[in-house]
Amino acid sequence: MSTEKLSSASPGTEPGAEDTPTTPTFAMMRTLGIVSAICGMIIVGSYLVTLPAAKANRRIATERAVFKVLPEAKSINEYISLPGGVIESAKEGDLPPGAVKFYAAYDAGGKLSGIAAEGSAKGYAEAVRIMFGYKPECQCIVGIGVVSMRETPGIGDKIQVDKDFLANFESLDVKLNKELTALANKVETVRHGTKANPWQIDAITGATVTSRAVGKGINDAAQLLMPRLLPKLEKIKEKS
Amino acid sequence: MERESIGQILLVSILSGNFVLAMFLGMCPFLGVTHRIAVAAPLGLATTFVIVIACVSAYALNIVLSILHLEFLRLICYIVVIAAAVQLVEMFVKKQSPSLFRALGIYLPLITTNCAVLGVALYQTAREYDFIQSLTFALGGGFGFTLALVLLASVRERVQLSNVPDVLHGTALTLMLGGILSLAFMGFAGIG
Amino acid sequence: MNPAPVSTWTEFTEGLWERNPVFVMVLGMCPTMAITTSAINSISMGLATTFVLTTSCLLISMLRHMIPKDVRIATYIVIIATFVTVVDYAIQAISLSMYEALGAYIQLIVANCLVLGRAEAHAARNPPWASAVNATGIGLGFTLGLTMIGAVREILGSGTLLGISLFGSHYQPWVVMILPPGGFFVMGLWLLLFSIVRKHRKSAADAVKEGCHGA
Repeated sequence: MSTEKLSSASPGTEPGAEDTPTTPTFAMMRTLGIVSAICGMIIVGSYLVTLPAAKANRRIATERAVFKVLPEAKSINEYISLPGGVIESAKEGDLPPGAVKFYAAYDAGGKLSGIAAEGSAKGYAEAVRIMFGYKPECQCIVGIGVVSMRETPGIGDKIQVDKDFLANFESLDVKLNKELTALANKVETVRHGTKANPWQIDAITGATVTSRAVGKGINDAAQLLMPRLLPKLEKIKEKS
Repeated sequence: MERESIGQILLVSILSGNFVLAMFLGMCPFLGVTHRIAVAAPLGLATTFVIVIACVSAYALNIVLSILHLEFLRLICYIVVIAAAVQLVEMFVKKQSPSLFRALGIYLPLITTNCAVLGVALYQTAREYDFIQSLTFALGGGFGFTLALVLLASVRERVQLSNVPDVLHGTALTLMLGGILSLAFMGFAGIG
Repeated sequence: MNPAPVSTWTEFTEGLWERNPVFVMVLGMCPTMAITTSAINSISMGLATTFVLTTSCLLISMLRHMIPKDVRIATYIVIIATFVTVVDYAIQAISLSMYEALGAYIQLIVANCLVLGRAEAHAARNPPWASAVNATGIGLGFTLGLTMIGAVREILGSGTLLGISLFGSHYQPWVVMILPPGGFFVMGLWLLLFSIVRKHRKSAADAVKEGCHGA
């Protein structure tokens, strides 16, 4: 089992150290090479095998979120909105820079019943991701669903079940200003009980941070998407 | 999502999102090496050093892997780089301070399997931090880790002189103390 | 160099109780505290770790004669990281909600001292069958330990077990149990319980011995 040659290039040898024979570099390289090859094949193989199922899962989760916020919808088309306002069908792979993804939901007759999009902002722990449903006729948000969050159980996670909080989103005003460049009024979360305008959100008492995250996420997403989307709605009014 | 500021990242990684007390990363040294401050503090610093190296390497590796569309090799690349960094630190400590090397014993090479080191790399990738943010996260996280270790070591040193029931000795006691420390740090929640 | 061959059954069961990774060896603590906020999370993490343990130890054992001593740690790590990547994809394909629940801790299995420790202590010296069986036993013991902690935390902290509400809607949950400090406390309490049991057993055994001497 002892090795004959002591390669001077073998890593791990200190000058004048142990007299136990060190493994020749070639043996180490060979082992690492073979092991890496085997492992590489295992990884690539499992990636390819699981890819269809993983993608299907993600699609199902997104669809479920969209149908939750736009209940009359029967089918969904994914689009991306590019900085200039152009709307394109969403494709596989990374989003082009500055693009925003949204979902156009159509009713049974193929007419646009609403738009769904995601907004996210940092809550207590990590990002709180919200899917919101928007109806162009009233220029308002009609419902929200939580896509993912890691908020404090029993406190922050109330945003999913608190009826008063969810009532905020039955018709949250996100009208555009006259120039159609931004929202006429910023969506903001206010202290519980002080809501005075349709674009405000009553926070949950004791869960201010998480409530604010919801408001901020929706505001940021709406400020970005609505000005681009509203002028171009004609293009997606009918299901293509 | 809005970019997190440096101050935010620092405060969160040291206090409300402390690696050990809030995110449970780096438990092995937390439970194993905190019997003396004189051993806990240097280990914390050595770990911080490795964390910073890991963070920088992970940032560079991530860029390369994204360009080559080889994201599935991310985990392997990260851990191999960490193992190499630990090897370097080991050789450095052995030369500079053999007594410290003996005192740290098995826990020095165990930095390789310290979840905190790999955790930094994984979290900074998941949160898509840029370079300055990643570096801040690494420094803050390492400092928070060292802080938690030193705090627990201070308490444990004191407790050695107290009357503790037989059955509670050892890991059970350390865990209880750790729990109280974690509870205390929860008071920082919401900062940043 | 190998001691008398150990039976397969012993190989399998030593990890379940005598050398339970959570309560006896106290290894692999990072996921233990973080993930055990509910019984189902604990079971999933435990099974994922068992998968990585078994497959890694199997492959390492099969290759054990050709891995030179100097690079063995690096090689083990590469192999373990491979199977962790596999399990990461597998969970994404099986259940997205479980994937979100376990989060970053799936990939952190590679930093779990338990897996590397087992590879070094056992898989490197034993034939594939024994290694795989032992690894599975240790993994299941790990799952058992995690679930014990997770079940307690879930019952106290959410009032449910495996998602089924136990106490009805009037239960005021002891929220701290599912927060980080709760992990420390519950694990500490379990260890305390075992310590008390061991102490009683020991004093009972001692009393019997004295009785024999006295008689």
